[in-house]
Amino acid sequence: MKRKNVIKIVGVSGYIVFLIVSFILGFNPGKEIGYNFASFSMDMLKILPSAFVLIGLFEVWIKRETVEKHLGEKAGIIGYIWAVLLAGTTVGGIYVAFPVAYSLYSKGAKLSVILTYISASAICRIPMALFEASFLGIKFTAIRLLVSLPLVIIASMLLGDYLAKRNYKVMAGK
Amino acid sequence: MKEAYFLYAITGLALLISLIINRRKTLRALEIAVKRFAGILPHFLIMLILVSITLFLLPDVFITRYLASDNKFIAVLFASLLGSITLMPGFIAFPLAGILLTKGVPYMVLSAFTTTLMMVGVLTYPIERAYLGAKLTIIRNTISFFIALIVAVMTGIFFSEIF
Repeated sequence: MKRKNVIKIVGVSGYIVFLIVSFILGFNPGKEIGYNFASFSMDMLKILPSAFVLIGLFEVWIKRETVEKHLGEKAGIIGYIWAVLLAGTTVGGIYVAFPVAYSLYSKGAKLSVILTYISASAICRIPMALFEASFLGIKFTAIRLLVSLPLVIIASMLLGDYLAKRNYKVMAGK
Repeated sequence: MKEAYFLYAITGLALLISLIINRRKTLRALEIAVKRFAGILPHFLIMLILVSITLFLLPDVFITRYLASDNKFIAVLFASLLGSITLMPGFIAFPLAGILLTKGVPYMVLSAFTTTLMMVGVLTYPIERAYLGAKLTIIRNTISFFIALIVAVMTGIFFSEIF
């Protein structure tokens, strides 16, 4: 593990030095990479702090029984419907879905429901779907959702059950 | 980014209500938020570095050229590979797809590109692994890749681009 960390630190430092030198010397590829980094960082920093505050509030206010009842073992098919609806309103992207998924999981949501939520948050966020339809047409978006969503749910059920039998755990993201 | 303002409004409101009902619980919520955010931040840094370099190596012009290939099936294959290894916010990806559509790129190629862009994340691997572990991350992304291919084929069928 230690050697891995050393490699990471060297890599990140090398990257930072490369960007600084590129900006000083006016090396265009380096500058472009720097701009890419800045623009993506800004996009994520707009969303992430709020998302984590909501996760924190969820952790202190929502009872374990509530999550178990709606997203747990006993919820049955309703759990998957909740997962898709929740995914539809997730803001940002799949990178927000992971920490949310961990919170839900640690409060008793079923693994296959969590997997549905993660994949669904990639494909059926409502604002994104509307934006997509405005450029590519409603038919395009409808086909994509109607084909992918059932496949995602079926795959999540199979994969979740398989992994649950092997005591698989979702981690805290460290 | 209207989405972001909506999120701020909701977060602010939730925080305020929580603060009024129970100050101690609210502080604990913020503590959890900071701790979790700090925990995943190094992984985000690595991902952002990978994204910045990949986008430089694969600019829009490059993507456009490969998606506009004459052979539909090769184009679908390229589109799904490019969609898997790049990361693009929707407000760039969909207008780009819209332009490609007017240039005559088939729907199924655009579908392969946008669906893998959304579902398959080679660059988000550092983050996903931190939560799901390496094994599940690889399995989930592999399954997603095949689902995206099925979506592309179905799109091709419904738009009469194949058969």
